[in-house]
Amino acid sequence: MSARLDELFARCRSENRAALIGYLPVGFPSYDVSVAAMLAMVEAGVDAIEVGIPYTDPGMDGPVIQVAVDAALRGGSRVAHAFGAVQAVSPHVPTVFMSYWNPIEKYGPKRFAADLRAAGGQGAITPDLIPEEAGSWLEAAAAEDLDPIFVVAPSSTDARLAGVGNVSRGFVYAASTMGVTGTRAQVGDRAEELVTRTRAQTDLPVCVGLGVSNGDQAAVVGRYADGIIVGSALVRALQDDGVDGVRRLTEDLAAGVRRR
Amino acid sequence: MSAVPDISGHFGPYGGRFVPEALIAALDELTAAHESAKHDPVFTAELDRLLSTYAGRPTPLTDARRLSEHAGGARILLKREDLAHTGSHKINNVLGQALLTKRMGKQRVIAETGAGQHGVATATACALFGFECTVYMGEEDTRRQALNVARMRLLGAEVIPVRTGTRTLKDATNEAFRDWVANVETTHYAIGSVVGPHPFPMMVRDFQRIIGVEARQQTLDLVGRLPDAVVACVGGGSNAMGLFHAFIPDESVALVGCEAGGDGVETGRHAAPLTAGTPGVLHGARSYLMQDEDGQTQDTTSISAGLDYPGVGPEHAFLRDSGRATYSGISDAWAMQALEMLAKREGILCAIESAHALAGACDWGRAQVAAGRDPRDLVIVVNVSGRGDKDVDTAARWFNLVSAEEIAEAELVRAHEGEQP
Ligand SMILES: Cc1ncc(COP(=O)(O)O)c(C=O)c1O
Repeated sequence: MSARLDELFARCRSENRAALIGYLPVGFPSYDVSVAAMLAMVEAGVDAIEVGIPYTDPGMDGPVIQVAVDAALRGGSRVAHAFGAVQAVSPHVPTVFMSYWNPIEKYGPKRFAADLRAAGGQGAITPDLIPEEAGSWLEAAAAEDLDPIFVVAPSSTDARLAGVGNVSRGFVYAASTMGVTGTRAQVGDRAEELVTRTRAQTDLPVCVGLGVSNGDQAAVVGRYADGIIVGSALVRALQDDGVDGVRRLTEDLAAGVRRR
Repeated sequence: MSAVPDISGHFGPYGGRFVPEALIAALDELTAAHESAKHDPVFTAELDRLLSTYAGRPTPLTDARRLSEHAGGARILLKREDLAHTGSHKINNVLGQALLTKRMGKQRVIAETGAGQHGVATATACALFGFECTVYMGEEDTRRQALNVARMRLLGAEVIPVRTGTRTLKDATNEAFRDWVANVETTHYAIGSVVGPHPFPMMVRDFQRIIGVEARQQTLDLVGRLPDAVVACVGGGSNAMGLFHAFIPDESVALVGCEAGGDGVETGRHAAPLTAGTPGVLHGARSYLMQDEDGQTQDTTSISAGLDYPGVGPEHAFLRDSGRATYSGISDAWAMQALEMLAKREGILCAIESAHALAGACDWGRAQVAAGRDPRDLVIVVNVSGRGDKDVDTAARWFNLVSAEEIAEAELVRAHEGEQP
């Protein structure tokens, strides 16, 4: 059993660095390779993993992840498989789901939470679920002692930041820019401001996602955030250079968060 | 009078806001703008002026005497949204949203479109107001509704063919949402139906309810009483909500929605979520939708691009569950038969979408008569949501009105057009 998310962030804080969180969707390019790539991330120094559940209508995702989840679904990736992936990686590092809401609603929030807990998962990021609509999920997550992780954006008012802080556990996901997932030449300069504003409303760790794609960016963002979240860049590495590509990029990112 | 939605946009268990946090500020801004505009006499006067002097409202109610025999003898009255400017009811909504865009100080409007009618209406309003306009359209739909692609471009809009997923309205909507998240501070997303996160289902309904308000008074003027049923096709559900809304308190009036039955609802190849779907979340709201056991959105089938959508507006889900409205699927074949019937018996070439409503009205009339009602006492209002110009190509193929060589030639021309920007 790996550390809990709060223990992970405490450790990273004591090491005076940000945590590295990596995302990959289950079933791209195949179930086995996606899990092998997640395990390669573990070996290369990732601190936590976001296991992505492929969904037909990923409104928060840019082209790289869209194409990958599309391929995963066409290849037969099912929600049930995602629990298997959690089971494979959760003994090594804290593991959470990244899932749009409808697959969870359809599965049944209670059963979903119970199965996630049984697989060793610690929580879930739900990019299209706002606290106001999250009643059934908050209840189910609390019953299984899971961390519900919500997203804040540069457009969030302070009142909304406080609201998200109140219901989140584990960490708060700060979307660095107004936009969808994808690699960017620069992480938006609104990210730091958002982290500062979020910290004023909650004591939870604040992790920055959207656009982080290499060690240099990880180093820059890691100076002000509690964690950095990398998705599209890892998916692209897997697509272009396979599991080894994921390993190399993860090493670069892991070195980045340790750079002073 | 309208108890729904509640303040947070819920129609019972349906509706709400299932969107990225990044959009909440814009949705709040829009909700506030709509709320204040509703009570602003300057705004409502401006909208009324545009609807009458630009869009051509009120649209007529046509007594379609020669259709009665197809509806068991019931009298059929056609609400003629096909005669509104741009050729469909979509203009009602778009003019309202364009005025709100101006009120919010935004300069760019984006839209999704299936049949292209909402895209054309949006491009039209943007031309009128001087807004920059981008329309997302599934690649499959750009092909079957090529005429409307040309119309939008003529009106100065940028049309972006969407090549992800099923390449139809669902994916165009995803792409429009992605654009909106990235550009929300300068851009208004003019959703084309009573779908999406709050306030869209309520706001679009409010802009479309003029259809039913007019039809109700016109029916009273013409026949001296309320109709027995009002019938509309349901894609996202805006022309249907627009027609139904003013009649909801009139309990004697049946509200009848006609979904796309495709190859037949029993085949599974259709686009009829209220008839054969289950509750779930898609495109920002909870409603009925076509999904598999994993909650993945299923592919849809319909000859009608405007109805070829796996979701439906949340207020329809609410009306369905309460029993106030009833819904059924009309097959492609039956809809096309109704289209031909209306063309040959009344000289009205309607949109394939609207033909579903006419077919459903015939079914409803016959069922009433079979149940023992006197057909001379039955009055049915059918919403002719749009005109059929855009569908002539599809109809020509369906009815074999053109030869194989002519089709091949047309395809060559189109392939060539497809290479243009
Ligand atoms: C003529 C016409 N009718 C109906 C529809 C379906 O939309 P809704 O159900 O929102 O009225 C469309 C959509 O493109 C349309 O063009």
